[in-house]
Formats: sequence, structure tokens, C-alpha cells
Amino acid sequence: MGIRAEHINYIYGQGTAFEQHALKDISFTIEDGQFVGLIGHTGSGKSTLIQHLNGLIKATDGAIYFNDENIYQDGYDMKALRSKVGLVFQYPEHQLFEVDVFSDVCFGPKNQKLAKEEVAERAREALQLVGLEERYWEQSPFELSGGQKRRVAIAGVLAMHPEVLILDEPTAGLDPRGRDEILEQISVLHREKRMTIILVSHSMEDIARYADRIIVMNQGGKIFDAPPKEVFAHYKELEQMGLAAPQITYIVHELKEHGIPIADDITTVAEARSAILQLLGMDSR
Amino acid sequence: MGIIRASRLIYDYIRRDEEDHVDEVNRAIDDMTVDIREGDFVAILGHNGSGKSTFAKQVNGILLPTEGTVWISGMDTRDEDHIWDIRKTAGMVFQNPDNQIIGNVVEEDVGFGPENIGIPTEEIWRRVDESLEAVGMTAYRMKSPNKLSGGQKQRVAIAGVMAMKPECIILDEPTAMLDPNGRKEVIRTVRELNRLEGITVLLITHYMEEVIHADRVIVMDDGRIVMDGTPREVFSQVQELKSYRLDVPQVTELAYELKQAGVALPDGILTRAELMEHLLPIMKKSAGITTDGN
Repeated sequence: MGIRAEHINYIYGQGTAFEQHALKDISFTIEDGQFVGLIGHTGSGKSTLIQHLNGLIKATDGAIYFNDENIYQDGYDMKALRSKVGLVFQYPEHQLFEVDVFSDVCFGPKNQKLAKEEVAERAREALQLVGLEERYWEQSPFELSGGQKRRVAIAGVLAMHPEVLILDEPTAGLDPRGRDEILEQISVLHREKRMTIILVSHSMEDIARYADRIIVMNQGGKIFDAPPKEVFAHYKELEQMGLAAPQITYIVHELKEHGIPIADDITTVAEARSAILQLLGMDSR
Repeated sequence: MGIIRASRLIYDYIRRDEEDHVDEVNRAIDDMTVDIREGDFVAILGHNGSGKSTFAKQVNGILLPTEGTVWISGMDTRDEDHIWDIRKTAGMVFQNPDNQIIGNVVEEDVGFGPENIGIPTEEIWRRVDESLEAVGMTAYRMKSPNKLSGGQKQRVAIAGVMAMKPECIILDEPTAMLDPNGRKEVIRTVRELNRLEGITVLLITHYMEEVIHADRVIVMDDGRIVMDGTPREVFSQVQELKSYRLDVPQVTELAYELKQAGVALPDGILTRAELMEHLLPIMKKSAGITTDGN
């Protein structure tokens, strides 16, 4: 089950002067319930890749299986796929359009031809999931703050009851608190609803904190696919690709280079704190 | 007397209904007094809705005070006779590069501002040359802005402001939509303009890493200035920053946590090098490594 990509290739503008090989032989399997971080600098192919996963872009070559069914086979229900694999684009608040928050969230399930009560029920549930208080529901979405708007947009996708949630830089442009709130909510969906999450982000700190697996894209190819600690151990190669590891990784490696016997796979402040205190023989509580 | 001054500044966003009655008043800036010295690199931090962008818009007269006064180089922003001088003095760069670029070719975009105010052609080209050189985009002058990366587009936008020969540049979250490389590019450019050209910089941002080189950091909350000092002074107050919904660089946070647990580190560590300088001797001593021997 889950999503399986087999030898995906995608070429933009094939046969024209602008031909560009955007994805090169990408294969992976994402099991149900995983939290995957997808990283790569601008133009590495990550946005193209996620649009393949819910059928918005069709691969030039290769196949994608969702729950063991090839989505390119004749008669495959693409519309159903798009509600099962929910995609939250960058700056999704630009896509809000309804007169009030509640109607905006209803749009997706309404399009799924669900009964009116079911639609309303799902909208309520989705708005509660993203933690938007009820007093905002009747307001115009355009009067909300950036972080609130974004939560409305995410609720709109959640109301379709996706099994997989793909988010393209959901925290871009938010302040630190707004960022933490959104990421916490995503983490709750993952833990409590067992939703599969694919998170595209430039923030290695965020990815290190939440993902249990990282896929690194560079120039259309999949370069690394491993748990965060293994991927960040390649921090020098990541830098050459215009990426970086979390700051903490650099500190730990520097200590190690000076002969301090610290584990070099530490990626978060909390881990570094307790490891350093332990080495100093101090109470790390 | 500084280049940017505000005295008891208040700004209300007023919403009116169809009959023009006041429906709702939202106080975005609440009694703010500040004096910014010429040539300084000043960073303004604050969460969404803290009033920092509203303040930026006051500086070049996009918004005018509800109460109080703002002076740019001694000119009152409410003085209509000076509005164009004020905008020439204080140039503004916004968050989204795609909303600010209008030319089909980079050099044309950069020349747009000076052309608009009737600068002679020869002078326009000289300014375009200088501005592109200052932001390191000379090699791209004949390119279409559409083909540039986000960081490059932002540098073109900054060049466009530079071509107006401002004394001061205000950047309102110029890196929020960029990837890490683009972010570094833009910040490096801004720092150079400040250092080499002596331009006063007012940088509004959420990214704490971008402000550690500033001369001064101002933290806003609820329309007021709540912290004001050097980066080191401000970042040593980790708990206070968190109470304003901000966070600190990971390095600073780790140093703070270690210090709280009893490790003898100084306050307000900002960079990896500083942390190493202080932490490494302690760790080496504890591990029994002699500093001079290896």
C-alpha cells in the first residue's frame, strides 16, 4: 500500500527548444503512515515530483502506483486520487476565494458530491483539526492573518479526507510562532490520524524535527533517501547542492574534529544539549 | 538628529461601512518613538501583526501618521511638498520580487525609476551601471528578469531602488519567499551596500540569522518597541524573545540552554565560531585533551 514511483522520467517541452529533463529515473515507495521530508534547492524537481503523485502531471515515462493500482491505467479514477492524495501548494492562501471561511472549506467535499450535512460535518472537523477557532468561521478569509489563511487552505484539503497529505513549503513567509503552529498541527495529523505526510521544506531544522525519512533531490535526480541522521551526515555534499544541514550538525561535527567523543548524528538542540551535558558529567535534566 | 525619526507615532487602520461610518479601528502602531542614525544597519523583528511593516510604510510616506510625526532627513512625511523627496531618500523593497519587476530586460527595469523622475538619459545609464555593479548583477543586465532566480530578482529590485540614489533602503521581508541560497545572496548584497556605500538599512525580517550582523536590533510587539539594542544584547534575552513569539538562532539557543544548566558560557552567543571559542576549551578540559598538545 502507499505510493510507489517506478522509474519516473519527466521532460518539459519535449521536442522543442526549451526541452528540459526535469525528473530523471525516480523510484521510491512511501508506506502508509510515513512522514517524509522532501528537500532540494529551487529548480531541483521537487515541485514537479509532488505534482506527479496526485496525477496533476503525467510522467513522460515510468509508472506510479497508489495503493497498488497503476494510476496511468485506462479508466483509473483520477478525481478520486486527487481527494485521496491531498496537495497543498505553496502560498495556498492565494487560492482562497469564497465569501466566508466555512464555505471555502466546504468547496472540496461539495465537489465530491457528498450530502450537504456530510459536507458541513467535514468542514467543521477540518477547521477544528487545523485549530482555527469557531469565531473566525463566518468571516471573510481575506480578513485573517497570513497564518490563519494558510490554515483555512489546509483545512480545505483535509475536508476531502485524504490518506496522503503533501505540503509544498507550508511555512514559507510565516513568523516563527505561525510556523511552529502549522508544523505541530501537521504532526498531530500524522500521529493521531495516521496520515501519510510528505513535507517539502527549505528548513533543515524543521525537517530534522519532524520527518522520519528524507528524500533529497538535485538536478532532477534522487540523491539521498534515508533517515534524517544519515542524510545530514552528508552535510558537505548537501552544501555543494546549495542545501545545508541544521546548524547543530555543524557544531557537533566541529566538536568531533577537535577530538571530543560526541555522537556526530545529532541534529536538534535538545539532543545536543543532553549529549554535551553528559560529556561534561553534568545533570542533563 | 537621525535620518529616520518618529515621535509618538500612532497609526490606526480604520475600516468604514458603506455609509462611511467607522466600523472598526485597529491600532497598528501605538506611541512609537525612535531615532535611526545615518549609516546604521538596523533590523526590525516582530511576529506577524506586530506593526513592523506598518512602520516601514510610514518611512517613505505610503502611510501617514494618525497621530505623531515621522521625519525623513528632517522632512515631515505629512508635508505634501516633500513626498517625492522623501521617496527618493528612502527607497523600499518588498517581499515578493515578482510584484516589483516591470521591465522586459534587467537594465530597463533598473532604469525605470530615474527615467520616471526625468533624469537625463546619460545620467540614467550611469546610474544603471553603478546600481547593477553594486548588487553584483552586471552580468545579467541584458537578460529577461523572468529567467532569474528569486534571489537575483530581489537584487535587481534593490538595484532599481539604488538607481534612485537613496540615502536609506527599507526592506520588508525581502527574503521570505527565497530559498537558503537566495536568502544569503540578498543579505550579503544589503550588507555590502551598507558597508561600502554607507546606505542606511532598515531590514524587516523573521529570520534571526539575518540580523546578527546588524548594528542595532529593534523588536516590536503590539505596535510598540519592546526591545532595542545590539544583536548581542537582544539575543541574550532568550526567554523575553520567546514571549514575543520570536525565536533565536539554534546556536544561541544551545548556548543559552547549556548556560542555564550550569556550563560557564557568556551571554548572547551569536555565531558558531563564538560558541566554539568558549565551549571547546571546556569540553577539551573535561575530556582530558590538552589544548597545546594536539
